[in-house]
Amino acid sequence: MTEIFGVPIQALFGQLMLGLVNGSFYAVLSLGLAVIFGMLNIINFAHGALYMAGAMLTWVGLEYLGIGYWWMLLLGPICVGLIGIAIERLMLQWLYKLDHLYGLLLTFGLALMIEGLFRDLYGVAGQPYSIPEELSGAFNLGFMFLPKYRAWVIVASLTVCLFTWYVIEKTRLGAYLRAATENPKLTQAFGINVPLMVMLTYGFGVALAGFAGVLAAPATQISPLMGSNLIIVVFAVVVIGGMGSILGSVLTGLGLGIIEGMIKVFWPEASATVVFMIMAVVLMFRPAGLFGREK
Amino acid sequence: MNRRVTVAYLIGLGLLLIAPTFLYPILVMKVLCFALFACAFNLLLGYTGLLSFGHAVFLGSAAYVTGHALKVWELPTLLGLLAGTGAATLLGWAIGSLAIRRQGIYFAMVTLALAQMVFFFFLQAPFTGGEDGLQGVPRGTLFGLDLAEDINLYYLVVAIFAGSFWLIQRAIHSPFGQILKAIRENEPRAISLGYDVAKYKLLAFVLSAGLAGLAGATKTLVFKFATLSDAHWHTSGEVVLMTLLGGMGTVFGPVVGATVIVTLQNELADKVGSLVTVIMGAIFVICVLAFRRGIVGESLALYKRMIGQKL
Amino acid sequence: MMKRKLLALTLSALIVPAAGSALAQAKGKISGDVVKIAVLTDMSGVYSDLGGKGSVVAAEMAIEDFKAQAKPKFKIELVSADHQNKADIGSNKVREWYDTQGVDMVTDALNSAVALAVAKVTTEKNKIMINAGAASTRLTNEDCAPGNVVHYVYDTYALANGPGKAVTKQGKDTWFFLTADYAFGASLEKDTTDAVKANGGKVVGSVRHPLNASDFSSFLLQAQASKAKVVGLANAGGDTINSIKAANEFGLTKNQTIVGLLTTIIDIHALGLPTTQGMMFTEGYYWNLNPETREWSRKFFSRHKKMPSMLHAGTYSAVTTYLKAVQATGTDDTATVMKQMRATPINDIFAKGGKIREDGRMVHDMYLVEVKKPAESKEPWDYYHVKQVIPGDQAFQPMALSRCPAVKK
Repeated sequence: MTEIFGVPIQALFGQLMLGLVNGSFYAVLSLGLAVIFGMLNIINFAHGALYMAGAMLTWVGLEYLGIGYWWMLLLGPICVGLIGIAIERLMLQWLYKLDHLYGLLLTFGLALMIEGLFRDLYGVAGQPYSIPEELSGAFNLGFMFLPKYRAWVIVASLTVCLFTWYVIEKTRLGAYLRAATENPKLTQAFGINVPLMVMLTYGFGVALAGFAGVLAAPATQISPLMGSNLIIVVFAVVVIGGMGSILGSVLTGLGLGIIEGMIKVFWPEASATVVFMIMAVVLMFRPAGLFGREK
Repeated sequence: MNRRVTVAYLIGLGLLLIAPTFLYPILVMKVLCFALFACAFNLLLGYTGLLSFGHAVFLGSAAYVTGHALKVWELPTLLGLLAGTGAATLLGWAIGSLAIRRQGIYFAMVTLALAQMVFFFFLQAPFTGGEDGLQGVPRGTLFGLDLAEDINLYYLVVAIFAGSFWLIQRAIHSPFGQILKAIRENEPRAISLGYDVAKYKLLAFVLSAGLAGLAGATKTLVFKFATLSDAHWHTSGEVVLMTLLGGMGTVFGPVVGATVIVTLQNELADKVGSLVTVIMGAIFVICVLAFRRGIVGESLALYKRMIGQKL
Repeated sequence: MMKRKLLALTLSALIVPAAGSALAQAKGKISGDVVKIAVLTDMSGVYSDLGGKGSVVAAEMAIEDFKAQAKPKFKIELVSADHQNKADIGSNKVREWYDTQGVDMVTDALNSAVALAVAKVTTEKNKIMINAGAASTRLTNEDCAPGNVVHYVYDTYALANGPGKAVTKQGKDTWFFLTADYAFGASLEKDTTDAVKANGGKVVGSVRHPLNASDFSSFLLQAQASKAKVVGLANAGGDTINSIKAANEFGLTKNQTIVGLLTTIIDIHALGLPTTQGMMFTEGYYWNLNPETREWSRKFFSRHKKMPSMLHAGTYSAVTTYLKAVQATGTDDTATVMKQMRATPINDIFAKGGKIREDGRMVHDMYLVEVKKPAESKEPWDYYHVKQVIPGDQAFQPMALSRCPAVKK
């Protein structure tokens, strides 16, 4: 068997696949952050909490309402998106004229509240959620057994990322959106309802977080704490990629997932910090991020 | 310092000197440590406009280094405090010089991410004792006084706090502080006036990190231990909350904010149970939405309005 | 100005009552005619399911049962607080309890950092802590305080030693470790490794993962590739849960036995039997052991809506043991009560023939359990086959290995 640094090459491919799975989560989450940032100029600290809410809702849906995974894949993001719209209407919209830091602080407070509430309701040990029947089992790829569910995660999240990219870059709605980002006053003057666009953008951005949450539900333990540790890594991903482009944030997410996967084999102790280290290096040589433009 | 601030400062100091007769000295010391932490943070957020979301690592690193210096190297207390403060200052320089390459929201995210990296280092490093924490740090003696006596330590902590507070005031009102304010108000203009903005930002960051470190070092002395929660991002969030609640950019705001939050945490411990984080989050939201000047800022504004009406 | 007002306002609630409890400790009497017990626990954080409100419920039950059975002449009061997993909040609260509220004994006290800090305060104030929650062996070794601190339920040594020995003896003699990369994980791995080797087993490898890793599949593939018969999880809480979940997904459980070194019934309940079946680990308590434990646990269930963890049962037992000692000696003087507790074997729903050793370790039987298959489970919470009862003197670290300065001569 061929080996690289003492690791069989087949095992390495396996790890690459797993890195891709984690990268998919990073990609969807950082995409949501990028969409929100592009329009509202705020960093949504509540993103992790809403991701958790997406997963929790999936469980609640099955446990209390008998709604299965596939329906929740649709309903979960919608619910989270509605929560997002409520947040935007009730709170965020009053902050647009102020320093953007207030948006960060507000969403940080919201993150604490959402997390605390779910913890109070359901405890911290978390809830089990089994993989839907259609997706249980595994593919034999020759070099590894890839559980079908993990493969599905990659497919589903890449589809959603592509869809988002298409809508924003290629459709009329996306054109309005980009125009509103570039110059809100002028766009408003053209008769486009900019506040509505802003509201929908925020709703859509957090819906992406909710979608990632639903995807994560069967793969990890659904617990109120699942979002808060992840979100800091995603922040680093966003800094590395820069907020410039939709495609950039997706590619960075996937790439970092793969790098992290490799590190887990060769230097597992560093796998928690490797993303931060890469961030430090990128900051030294390309402060605006890999795909970012200096504003 | 202007006259009113000086008077308030002296009154506050006087109160602190007699406080142990009617207040719980350990709790007051804890409040003072966090007040110093928040004041150091305010120097950055309130006067330079930089939101660091990783300030807990400076508190935590100094706490660990001081603890290690006193317990393992058996250094004299004062040297231990210095070692901790020095370590935090160095770390502040390292993190600061990376973070100031980005502005605004990015700055916050970068500091948070770098702080998380340092947190993992503390978690894994053997000298911190992992989740057991660094326990049983001796307080030592100072000028022949046994600091194991709470009351002796109390006056040392008051001296540290009063000195640092004074230092921060001096810094704010010095030409250096004026330049920081100029950067906060309008960075491009400060650049066009010929100031090396990056240098000033870094200096402010390092000063703030060092003072946050002094707070952490003192805290180790008070509690005789240093633990991971000192360096956790929750603590970073707490200091933001203290400053915001008290009033950022005000002289006494962080002190008031720290007092309220620490007292609240202590009081809520046996009352609300699991809802502590929800309450903290709610305070955050309310402050941002309706109370942006904080307790001190809003009170001052109210006071000014009242005078204005009378005139 | 504001500062002064606020200081006065917000802190006035904490003013120390002038008449403290300093004169209360006269020997042969109960201070203030009240025995005050405090439950310090995590109500809002990662351990709140393991201890939390359940521990308070257990302490309440202990007091009620004791009042009904022993008809004490003294009054008993219970206070509780949430240390939010912060050692400074915990130690401050306890200090305040001792100084201003006349608390005599603190229990639960989970989270090692908090426990060690509280142990120091307790020693300084010469009160009693019966720790039912923390895992660190330091409580009875480097940082031991046998005059004031009892470590009641479990520690990392007992958790590691039991399966290390028993599972290896069953012929599952090659191990691979998945270790949380910090002091706690390392000590679990080391203690298990010692036991495995002492019983003729072999450790073929280990991988260190960061705390709160979001995904464990990568580490589990490494464990799978090792072909070891046993995969030991030297981690806790969410990390354990997510490791088990991923192990199941990647089919490890078919050929390898998973041993969760710090796994409790709370984790099994959270994961469900389909995912956890066949796992083995050490527990300090199981509700479905015998009629006595069943009866008590059902009572607990009716109040808390969950079956008790070993921490809950331990807290119940700790409070009962303490109250019995106070009743027997007629005092809440620390030295007298400690002496009485050490002299009396503990027999209740938690321990049979339990004994508090001179280093502060409460020695009692531990249970090696295997998780049932879903079909074997007859009712909710019916989760374990008890494979072996590990006698106390084999479960815990022998005195000969003690690193407690107060015991070593």
